[in-house]
Amino acid sequence: MRIAAIGFCLFALIGCERDRRELRPAPTRLAIFKDAARESDLQPGGVHSEPQVQNPYSGNAYAISEGQRLFSWYNCAGCHANGGGGMGPPLIKDQWTYGGQPANLFDTIVKGRPNGMPSWGGRIPEYQVWQLVAYIRSLNHEEPVTATPPRSDHIQQDSGTLMNKPGGGTR
Amino acid sequence: MSFSKSRILGCVFVFCAPALAQIQNQAEDGQWPMAAKNFASTRFSALDQINAANVGTLKVAWTFSTGLTRGQEAAPLVVNNTMYVVTPWPNLLYALDLTQPGAPVKWTYSPHPSASAQGVACCDVVNRGAAYFNGRIYYNTLDMHTVAVDAVTGKEVWKTTLGDINSGESMTMAPLVAKGRVIVGNSGGELGVRGWLAGLDAATGAIAWRAYAAGPDKDVLIGPNFKPFYQADRAEDLGTKTWPGESWKIGGGGGWGWISYDPDLDLIYYGTANPGPWNSEQRPGDNKWTCTLFARRPENGEAIWAYQLNPHDEQDYDGVNENILVDLTIGGRLRKVLLHPDRNARMYVIDRATGEVLSAEPFAHQNTTESVDLKTGRIKTVPAKGTGFKTVRDICPAAPGGKDWQPSSFSPQTGLMYIPHNNLCMEFEGVQANYIAGTPYVGANVRMYPGPGGHRGEVSAWDPVNAKTIWTAKEMFPAWSGTVVTAGGLLFYGTMDGWFKAVDARNGRLLWQFKTGSGIIGQPVTYKGPDGKQYMAVLSGVGGWAGAVVSGGLNAKDGTAALGFANAMADLPKYTTKGGTLYVFSLP
Repeated sequence: MRIAAIGFCLFALIGCERDRRELRPAPTRLAIFKDAARESDLQPGGVHSEPQVQNPYSGNAYAISEGQRLFSWYNCAGCHANGGGGMGPPLIKDQWTYGGQPANLFDTIVKGRPNGMPSWGGRIPEYQVWQLVAYIRSLNHEEPVTATPPRSDHIQQDSGTLMNKPGGGTR
Repeated sequence: MSFSKSRILGCVFVFCAPALAQIQNQAEDGQWPMAAKNFASTRFSALDQINAANVGTLKVAWTFSTGLTRGQEAAPLVVNNTMYVVTPWPNLLYALDLTQPGAPVKWTYSPHPSASAQGVACCDVVNRGAAYFNGRIYYNTLDMHTVAVDAVTGKEVWKTTLGDINSGESMTMAPLVAKGRVIVGNSGGELGVRGWLAGLDAATGAIAWRAYAAGPDKDVLIGPNFKPFYQADRAEDLGTKTWPGESWKIGGGGGWGWISYDPDLDLIYYGTANPGPWNSEQRPGDNKWTCTLFARRPENGEAIWAYQLNPHDEQDYDGVNENILVDLTIGGRLRKVLLHPDRNARMYVIDRATGEVLSAEPFAHQNTTESVDLKTGRIKTVPAKGTGFKTVRDICPAAPGGKDWQPSSFSPQTGLMYIPHNNLCMEFEGVQANYIAGTPYVGANVRMYPGPGGHRGEVSAWDPVNAKTIWTAKEMFPAWSGTVVTAGGLLFYGTMDGWFKAVDARNGRLLWQFKTGSGIIGQPVTYKGPDGKQYMAVLSGVGGWAGAVVSGGLNAKDGTAALGFANAMADLPKYTTKGGTLYVFSLP
């Protein structure tokens, strides 16, 4: 009974987070400070404890759907398609060159990366960067499924044009 | 069947005798000085040591690793017993000494292009090769530079900046040097660039002229000598009037394809790329002069004629494919023509002196156009296959066209053209494209899939006089390599699963094949070594638009990846891995 009550409270809290909307997003959330966004697992002298940078929009369905909209709006989709990549690398993957934590993704968008990722710092408001980060994380099921929108390409494929034989060929 | 085939070949051979004379005005010297071998872009070599009888014994002579893993689309050059190999970004230039066993590296030139340029390359960070002229090697870097390198020492002679990657531009094409001008063009039709072709002074690198694909006549270098064949093309400033507002400034029309040159007429020929964005509803009008063939003077760039292949392109059918210059007897008259297999899957036979279209028949499966009106020059499209803010299914060919950049060859012996091409269709959902300089400007979710038959590529032998296919070899993947045809009666090409093949040029029968380390999307060449033997050379190393799923490690679970190509290539990683290696073959 007690467990059920706790569960209900938790569910209610999650539900609130899921639908939380900010009318005036905080202008600056200091995301990248000190050594928060490490890109290496090697830390000379041993692993230090350090503050974890949290995405303020993690688990927020509205923010994730906004991230999805912005992903097309800022032409991210032009390079990364709907997560499969093209001109840029795929974002649906389990190996990240520059780290896949929220702080790493924030860094990647703001600073750019040397092999083609543009530097968007000063071009996208910080809260939108976090919304994009939440959406990109959701592509890899790193956001709650209940807060994640479906893929944004609406084209439904005819079953007759699916390639289902090794070596190509339709049915 | 075989009787009618041989009869056709007989006729073709007779008809094409003048072609032999025309294309041999550059005598065979056993070298390969430019990507397409000669100004006429025939990729025909008169070398005949390797022939149908002995090709079965062809063996690897030596190999060379480029050290890079992106798509290798370039043609190696061979001049003065040296082989020159240009790599994808970072655009290294290797000189290999053919006089020494194993062809060791003489020198390596590195132009140090910006790494960020990789972010504006639509279709892998490829380079399609260099051109040799007067003791120098000329080629383009991905980050908007043309360089001249001393062919003997490897020292940079000049380096000219042609543009800025922050506008979305890049350079991937192989230059052509004609009349002392190094002619180059930009890429970026998927990034809202303003397309152009430029002529540089070969001696100094100074930009002598730049001809934009769109804009007012003065920018397109349309002047008093411009005499297009068709009435509809003879109005003023069509390069602005056929666009909404000032959208021509971000309307694409790059010059990333092939250039040919006719020294007698003193004209260069090339086609302009697709208009942007792909979502055609955002740019009502004919969008001149995108998807257009131009004839220009190499010295000052002025336009002499133009013909728009695909007005208001709706399927990304760039006009940049090769133009092979031959003389053919058509309708009882000897005509100086150019043969242009377009992305729209039609083979254009055009009088290259005037721009008159003589025929435009399909060479691959297509359902987007009905015909080309030879009186007006206007193509008749199928409205149901037009795109916009909607989803359209079963569009054939798909965006890479009946055929993309992969260059054909032409043999004066058979009178046939050898076309490596695609068999792909697509589904196309138009969405709003936003222009942000330096980022993609496409506005489409696309998924491609194999065309009828289920195979994705074909190599076809085409009779340009009778406008029909003589034979077709089916390939599992798109035939994304170039072809080369020799006086030994052989046609060579590579496949995306890594086979380098020799087939009988008369009937397409497979005579020899060798499995290279990676898929082949490069341009094979042939040359005579210092030992007097004939060699075949090709770069292996999968990638490009078709192979990006491997070279870029894309995730094909999202079929819209690589502008929809990933959907059709999801199984490529099972057949090949990445890695650039040059293979050179000879008889034992």
